[in-house]
Amino acid sequence: MKYEAVIGLEVHVQLRTASKMFTRVAAGYGEPENTLVDPVVLALPGALPVMNKEALDKIIKAGLILGCEIAAVCKWDRKNYFYPDSPKNYQISQYDQPICVGGAVEIELPGAARNIMGEHKKIPLTRIHLEEDVGKLNHGASDSLVDYNRAGTPLMEIVTDPALASADEAYALLTSLRTALVQGDISDCDMEKGQMRCDANISIRPVGETKLGTKVELKNLNSISFVRDGIAHEIRRQIAVKESGGTIVQETRDFDGQTGTSQSLRSKEMAHDYRYFPDPDLMPVKVDEAWKAAIRAAIPEHHFDRQRRFMADYQLPYTITSVLVPERALADYFEATARLGSAPQAAGNWIANDLLRELAAAKLSLAESKIQPAHIAGLVKLVESGVISNSIAKEVFVTMFQSGEMPDVIVERSGLKQSTDTGELEKWVSAAIAANPRAVAEFKTGNEKALNAIKGAVMKASAGKANPKLVDELTRKLIG
Amino acid sequence: MADDLIYLPAARLAELLGSGEISSVGLVQACLARTKAVDGRVKAFNSCDEAGALALAQASDQRRAAGQARGPLDGIPVGFKDVIAVAGQPLTCSSKILADFISPYDATVTEKLKAAGAIPFGRLNMDEFAMGSSTENSAFGPTANPWDLSRVPGGSSGGSAAAVAAGEMPVSLGSDTGGSIRQPAALCGVVGLKPTYGLVSRYGLAAYASSLDQIGTMARTVEDAALVLGTIAGHDPRDSTSFKAEVPDYRAELGRRKGPWRLGVPKEFFGAGLDPEVGAAVRAAIEHYRKAGCEIREVSLPLAAEYAIAVYYLIATAEASSNLARYDGVRYGHRSTKAKDAVDLYFQSRAEGFGDEVKRRIILGTHVLSSGYYDAYYLRAQKVRSLIRNEFTTVLRDCDALLSPTSPTAAFKLGEKSSDPLAMYLTDIYTISVNLAGLPGISVPCGFTGGGLPIGLQMIGRPFDEAGLLAIARHYERAHAWHTKHPLLS
Repeated sequence: MKYEAVIGLEVHVQLRTASKMFTRVAAGYGEPENTLVDPVVLALPGALPVMNKEALDKIIKAGLILGCEIAAVCKWDRKNYFYPDSPKNYQISQYDQPICVGGAVEIELPGAARNIMGEHKKIPLTRIHLEEDVGKLNHGASDSLVDYNRAGTPLMEIVTDPALASADEAYALLTSLRTALVQGDISDCDMEKGQMRCDANISIRPVGETKLGTKVELKNLNSISFVRDGIAHEIRRQIAVKESGGTIVQETRDFDGQTGTSQSLRSKEMAHDYRYFPDPDLMPVKVDEAWKAAIRAAIPEHHFDRQRRFMADYQLPYTITSVLVPERALADYFEATARLGSAPQAAGNWIANDLLRELAAAKLSLAESKIQPAHIAGLVKLVESGVISNSIAKEVFVTMFQSGEMPDVIVERSGLKQSTDTGELEKWVSAAIAANPRAVAEFKTGNEKALNAIKGAVMKASAGKANPKLVDELTRKLIG
Repeated sequence: MADDLIYLPAARLAELLGSGEISSVGLVQACLARTKAVDGRVKAFNSCDEAGALALAQASDQRRAAGQARGPLDGIPVGFKDVIAVAGQPLTCSSKILADFISPYDATVTEKLKAAGAIPFGRLNMDEFAMGSSTENSAFGPTANPWDLSRVPGGSSGGSAAAVAAGEMPVSLGSDTGGSIRQPAALCGVVGLKPTYGLVSRYGLAAYASSLDQIGTMARTVEDAALVLGTIAGHDPRDSTSFKAEVPDYRAELGRRKGPWRLGVPKEFFGAGLDPEVGAAVRAAIEHYRKAGCEIREVSLPLAAEYAIAVYYLIATAEASSNLARYDGVRYGHRSTKAKDAVDLYFQSRAEGFGDEVKRRIILGTHVLSSGYYDAYYLRAQKVRSLIRNEFTTVLRDCDALLSPTSPTAAFKLGEKSSDPLAMYLTDIYTISVNLAGLPGISVPCGFTGGGLPIGLQMIGRPFDEAGLLAIARHYERAHAWHTKHPLLS
């Protein structure tokens, strides 16, 4: 029997805000244990929560980016359960009235080849709500220690419909979601720092069946690759259970990305009764149209829209756009270069290939680059107008990457201008012809490629300054 | 000097401090001496910060000498119900689970009182986590009623009322969730003011029922209550339920508002269960207003009378079950040494740390919120609460205030109701609906029973009209001498 998988994701994303969700203490990562705390975070007697407006701004922005309906009122509920990482033993969350409803994540599936754009799909979202993160347990041999630095960090939970069909789609969704949220300045989405975490609900059913199968929740998927591997593993596991005549048990399983195995954490019978009720410490907050409009005005172009525009307006190849677009600053950098009148394809090439390569080798970020859009634009212009050759341009690029000088200054100082002096060129070409009689003979028998040896010798003799087009013409004429 | 001071109102003490006739150190010493003399019997205090209070008194005297006194409360000691945070002082909530807890921070009311120069003197006994009406539910033993040491002072702010009644403190702070300031004030013969929900910040008040809790004050006179309220009231950005309202000078307003007023008398608050002596005293007080030219009209609050207690015990216990979840022995407070693992730590610490009434309300509240019961209990209770609020709003449209008994009886015997929770719950029958409606309420002394026990008159005002309510209460107080009588404590 053929089976198909039905997958839904629950993605938790920490919002990047100056302070925590319900108090003024800074939100942060990597600080000494239990230093980002106050009476509210530690749930001391008498402490009260006060909503962080920046967090609400950010989740509304996330909702608008993903095309959600934004609720008219932001309402808070308490989710009650006991666990040592939860200081109040309840979590302030949103139960029946999430701030964002609906929406979708546009995803791109892998293409047939690396340079071919894959299929795009929209995966519908059920809801997004805002809550507070919990602390962290550090288990020792005989005891466990709690660090409350993370406790109270604004956290949004994004729930997709059960609308994903494969591990690849889940991977694509998280990749696209991360790009959108990072570009929207909502979160850094660093999974290693726990800023983005994912649980997956997975079921299988015979192809053609419309009823959903029994779902299994997979937890602790702490990298995008582990999400893909974990889901693929779980689909195989469920099919194996079915094919050996077994039944799928509704349960929560823990996936170990290192070993690629999973084990049961708890079954449905042990599910919590969270006793949700409206938090009496927090008043509902009205979200009016003006508020939403102000946020909407600050939303950047969606990365896939931008990619389509780059391909259409600048005629950039897919591979270049898929390098430029995921990083907003890089795409902005490219557009700034293009606005300076640079040929877009050449500029795109310099940025996506040479600049990124040099930055990576020097372990620098784009913001630290001495090369600005004006440098690239200048360089492209020098090549275009025939002042320097492409190979000289590569040298100029390296120099300007190190010094930050403008390309024309480097060219002028180092005397790198292409030679168009026919007298000088004739001398080099004649010498090359004389030195390569075999190549001349082969060219004369119709082997066009043989000319390259002569032209190469000319370029070598001229230290790359000879204008390749003139060299070509002159060589043909002199061999005549 | 000391004995002359112990029963003076705070406003009078402020005058004496201002004129230099007394010093703050002298006043604090007088309070310490009085407390040492009587508190072995009254047991109003869980603890006193003797050294801290004297140091603050000294600082106050120095300020005054330098011409920098901060206002009428500068140098005046204030007792704190042991549920309001004062940095460096115990915050026990009269519970074993917080027996050794020292608050590292000040409540907003504490900050405001300190800024006004008032002196946090000590921690006053209460029913554990403010759950009770007699102060018998304290893990540290009951407080006695200064008028009759074999009787309860009321609760849950029993220590706050008893300390003022016994001359240990000129004023004190309490908290009122269902009558916890007004009922003990009535039973101890002092003034007890519960402000409108949202007027006084709850930041630093260990929560019992968040949507009902409100900090207020116990005092010897209405004027003193106005004085303290003016100091602690006002919007607080750290409490989201705090109201953005202008705080008038309540003390100055007392003189400006002269009536006559239209006063409502809810007929349901005079029915079965009301002690005849209490009823007679309250009716006599109503006559005072009628004679003063006020329009007295009978009004009806049928839903409040019928359903307030039921609604209260659904909402308050639901909120409490969640609010008290933080007391788990993990970060602070009592931690059991018997626990076998993390989950067992919760069970053991909470089993050992909480008293019976607290456990009873946590279990009740947990049930009320549980899946399958939420709609029938919590949601229904919230709807009825809205109806009760509407009922008050309608009645108060035509009345400046409502008059009723504060409590159906005078102080009862220690142990009399402690084995019957339902009988205990009924002692709040006239006060509880006021919290559900979020309204201000005050209890002022209005007589004594034949046995010499104080009786309280409750007045219920419009939201945020404390100025009006205090003026109405003051009108009665000025014409009577009940508040000048003090227990013998012999």
